[in-house]
Amino acid sequence: MTAKKQLTIAVSGLNNIDSPGPGIPVIRALKESTLFDVRIIGLSYEALEPGLYMHNLVDKSYQVPFPSAGTDALIERISYIHQCENISVIIPNFDAELSNFMKLENRLLAEFGIKMFLPTQDQFDERHKSNLFEFGLKHGIKVPYSKMIFSTAEIPALLNEFSFPIVVKGKYYEAYIAYNIEQIHSYFNKLTSKWGLPIIIQQYVFGSEVNVTAIGDGNGNAIGAVPMRKLYITDKGKAWAGISLDDDKLVQIANKLIASSKWRGGMELEFIKTAENDYYLLEINPRFPAWVYLAKGCGQNHPEALVRMALGETVEPFKNYEVGKMFVRYSYDLIVDLKEFEQISTLGELS
Amino acid sequence: MKIKKNIAISESGFIFNPTTGDSFSTNPIGFEIIHLLKEDKNKEEIKQTILSRYAVDESTFEKDFYDFSTLLQNSQIAEE
Repeated sequence: MTAKKQLTIAVSGLNNIDSPGPGIPVIRALKESTLFDVRIIGLSYEALEPGLYMHNLVDKSYQVPFPSAGTDALIERISYIHQCENISVIIPNFDAELSNFMKLENRLLAEFGIKMFLPTQDQFDERHKSNLFEFGLKHGIKVPYSKMIFSTAEIPALLNEFSFPIVVKGKYYEAYIAYNIEQIHSYFNKLTSKWGLPIIIQQYVFGSEVNVTAIGDGNGNAIGAVPMRKLYITDKGKAWAGISLDDDKLVQIANKLIASSKWRGGMELEFIKTAENDYYLLEINPRFPAWVYLAKGCGQNHPEALVRMALGETVEPFKNYEVGKMFVRYSYDLIVDLKEFEQISTLGELS
Repeated sequence: MKIKKNIAISESGFIFNPTTGDSFSTNPIGFEIIHLLKEDKNKEEIKQTILSRYAVDESTFEKDFYDFSTLLQNSQIAEE
């Protein structure tokens, strides 16, 4: 039997809350890797991200500067963490931090030998909510008609192009369904104050929501894709339970999208399946979803495959996955010594 | 009417549609009817089987079978 390769992997997205980040599921998948023996370094933004205190999964944690601080602050911090931990691979899991990590990808490799496996800036920009309609046209994927608006003055004219209900989306996160013009105004203000401009207006499509967690090798090959339907949805629209589907058409759409865009890295595709069995792409998240551990449960360890590709290995595509596997989330109260909270709050590190 | 090929049905009457992710529970009579449909029995054959096994009159069977088959089709478990 070959010994597992030892790796130190830094992972962000430790906010395992009711609207969870993907960090903890990614870590669980890595801890269960058959190829790697991983030491996990948590990268956190807040002192109350639950992953900080999950010592069975996260070996040591470090606070990192908010994305708004820019790349200089980030690389300075990563440099320090690397000196302490000798990081092999970083897996960033927040949309908002990806731009900084993408800009630093070459420097991190050249200066520290730290590897990542991220989408390119063009791929990242192209799939942005505000560009998704054009993305669909380019890659032959159905996307509900949408447009960006920058001011409430543009709202009345929307009724010439859209019919209610209308989806009002924030730049990065959150979406609301508006049934009248007053609600569009209200959601516009709510989302702008939180995420800034633009606001994306999208035609509502009736159907059931189905999602795919997938990973591309950057050369047009889909290494894995597992479709899932949410069975229980929280008030924030997040899956609290879901089940893997036997849906060849959906997997083929995901493969086609990855082939056409040459997607590099993990991704989540969100679709609406209509009563006529048409699939409309609602969103592409440029990183693993928080339910990515289901893929591992179905026989496709996407985070492990990502690490292999980051290390320069050629990974053969997964051929199948188990259908009818469910995930059910739960909440759990960690009892934390105040000393730990003090340590991460004051020193920015926690062992 | 036929039960879709990929529908999973357990002995307990639990039905899973792997395409939609929907799951259902049926009572023993429903389970029996689904099995008869899987054996490609037509409505007349199913009617004779049920009438011979259970104390039910024909009009009640007709009404209940119509409701059940509509439910199976709406739930994408069966198709014409």
